[in-house]
Amino acid sequence: MAQANSRADVPVTVDEEKCIDGCTLCVDMCPLDSLAIHPETGKAYMHVDECWYCGPCAARCPVDAVTVNIPYLLR
Amino acid sequence: MQIPQVDDRRRLECDVLVVGGGTAGTMAALTAARHGASVLIMEKAHVRHSGALAMGMDGVNNAVVPGKATPEDYVADITVANDGIVNQRTVHRTATRGFEMVQRLESYGVKFEKDEHDEYAVRKVHRSGSYVLPMPEGKEVKKVLYRELRSRKVRANVMMTNRVMPVRVLTEDGRAVGAVGFDTRTGEFVTVSAGAVILAAGACGRLGLPASGYLYGTYENPTNAGDGYAMAYHAGAELSGIECFQINPLIKDYNGPACAYVANPFGGYQVNGEGNRFVDCDYWSGQMMAEVKRELDSSRGPIYLKLSHLPDTTIGEIEGILHTTERPTRGTFHAGRGTDYRERDIEMHISEIGLCSGHSASGVWVDEHARTTVPGLYAAGDMACVPHNYMIGAFVYGDIAGEDAASYAKTAARPELPEDQIEAAHDLIYRPASNPEGPPQPQVEYKLRRFVNDYLQPPKTERYLTLGVEAFERMRVDIAQMGARTPHELMRCAEVTFIRDCAEMAARASLTRTESRWGLYHSRDDLPVQDDANWFCHLNLSKDPSNEQMRFDRRPVAPYIVPVPGFVRPDGVPDAPAPRGTELAEAWR
Ligand SMILES: Cc1cc2nc3c(=O)[nH]c(=O)nc-3n(C[C@H](O)[C@H](O)[C@H](O)COP(=O)(O)OP(=O)(O)OC[C@H]3O[C@@H](n4cnc5c(N)ncnc54)[C@H](O)[C@@H]3O)c2cc1C
Ligand code: SF4
Ligand code: SF4
Repeated sequence: MAQANSRADVPVTVDEEKCIDGCTLCVDMCPLDSLAIHPETGKAYMHVDECWYCGPCAARCPVDAVTVNIPYLLR
Repeated sequence: MQIPQVDDRRRLECDVLVVGGGTAGTMAALTAARHGASVLIMEKAHVRHSGALAMGMDGVNNAVVPGKATPEDYVADITVANDGIVNQRTVHRTATRGFEMVQRLESYGVKFEKDEHDEYAVRKVHRSGSYVLPMPEGKEVKKVLYRELRSRKVRANVMMTNRVMPVRVLTEDGRAVGAVGFDTRTGEFVTVSAGAVILAAGACGRLGLPASGYLYGTYENPTNAGDGYAMAYHAGAELSGIECFQINPLIKDYNGPACAYVANPFGGYQVNGEGNRFVDCDYWSGQMMAEVKRELDSSRGPIYLKLSHLPDTTIGEIEGILHTTERPTRGTFHAGRGTDYRERDIEMHISEIGLCSGHSASGVWVDEHARTTVPGLYAAGDMACVPHNYMIGAFVYGDIAGEDAASYAKTAARPELPEDQIEAAHDLIYRPASNPEGPPQPQVEYKLRRFVNDYLQPPKTERYLTLGVEAFERMRVDIAQMGARTPHELMRCAEVTFIRDCAEMAARASLTRTESRWGLYHSRDDLPVQDDANWFCHLNLSKDPSNEQMRFDRRPVAPYIVPVPGFVRPDGVPDAPAPRGTELAEAWR
């Protein structure tokens, strides 16, 4: 199959300055498993555009590094 | 990714397997463990924040509190809201055991609203009785349940595997004996041998495509893709009322509730574009949804939840609930659009279709013991057909299932697991990984769910429903070619198969019931009349073991055990005496 990589605006952002090395809380809690630790930066990020804008990721972050925006198509 | 061999797998064992650690599943596990069973909860997300209660709940929609309402009121209300087609024995259990459940949750630490006399502050939203009980600290409910599951006395008996997703129930001699699935992070293949299986996998919330086009912008938690419905179907269980869709009035685009249940007691209500009330009762029912759709389709649209007439402090209180619990990003959404409840009312629309017995009546057929028609297989919560069961019903039926399954499992034989079924499930799970270049899940799912909207969205007609069946048959080919590169993508691909199964069930059930019923939920434009002579019955579907085709059976409505004032049964079947003794909970004796 011919394929293209297209860009998507993802709703959840992580402040890398604040995100603590070794922490995985938001990644553990996301019901859709849409967050991951980036292998290069060691920081949490949204790895797929799959989000219920529900909020456990932000609620559980100990340093308030996670922002849940409304997915672009709904905003 | 590497595809594991069929026999290269993690083999787990337990007395009671619970699929889904949401509302019903956590309660089922707690009760089964209390009765001495070893329990395994398999949860595709993480139990702490999974399911409908991921961020808590702002109130109980259906608590029958002694002194405030009676079980008879509640059962009669639910019977009328479902045009008479209910097995009252199932609803009666929710009515009689709900209060005990409220108290049990309280003992775990959940807080319910009380008035100045320390009485439960129930409110009236339903047509006649008062059953809505606010939970001022409702955001903590899942935390409390999780803490209970992790407590020392429970922990020894309850194992939880997060991020592991069963895809099929295993059966032997027509009995449920376990399940098969995989780890959605590592890709590991997993089988479970169990004495009994409780399905508590929630609604089919990813059926219709939201108007926004965003696959996960659903009313239900999108983890609930109809997994439980598909698993029950393939295990041979009967499902019922699938044609009675779930459709809700929601905040436009956001697609979450701005519930009249929350706003009503404060003086909020729904109005049309002309500012007039158009429903006399804000209780969610097919009738109300038909009225909502009529307004939206007329020159009186759109519709709003009206709050702007309320004093500033009242609005502050409403915001305090709507913006912190259940769907806390409601505030973010409104801020992004510059909507302040003080100045602008909330634009509402109607949701895409789903299957859910928590809100409507579409689910796996269960009796008052949460048993499905497959021995050893139980269903509880949104996926089990106990109409309008909501949160308290999910807890009550989790409890009932946990107790019955624990006792069933004690004596259940533990045969070797059926390798042919395990191989078929292996193919279902890993096939997309063998074709990583195939069409990706987002595109396949989008197309499938757009067909759901095109052909199944009420009002329904035979021609459109037939085109729907054809489209869903055609999608089998697309699904067989889907490609995945990671275990996460395999999870989404398996979910697409569940959605397809549910779409086919929804289309065929809607075609079979040749009448209109339940307001918008099953409104057939080509057959607009309710045909009581032929259709005052349940419509059950199942997989015919002889030819693997979907078959339909009519089940008579069991004699009522509670009289329904003003409702005359069209079939003239006389009422039966209400159950007493063992079937009535402590509080009501
Ligand atoms: C936004 C919203 C607001 C609501 N508001 C109210 C209210 O105010 N009052 C009220 O009484 N009711 C309310 N309800 C209804 C109530 O919350 C539900 O009826 C009830 O919680 C359903 O419980 P459940 O256990 O069936 O589903 P859930 O709690 O959703 O649990 C299902 C679980 O199964 C898991 N799962 C799914 N598929 C699989 C699989 N294949 N393998 C493993 N795990 C799986 C999911 O991750 C989830 O944890 C609301 C529902 C929603 C969605
Ligand atoms: S908002 Fe919900 S779905 Fe989205 S990333 Fe956070 S936890 Fe996951
Ligand atoms: S919870 Fe916060 S600190 Fe922890 S990984 Fe996520 S963003 Fe980083």
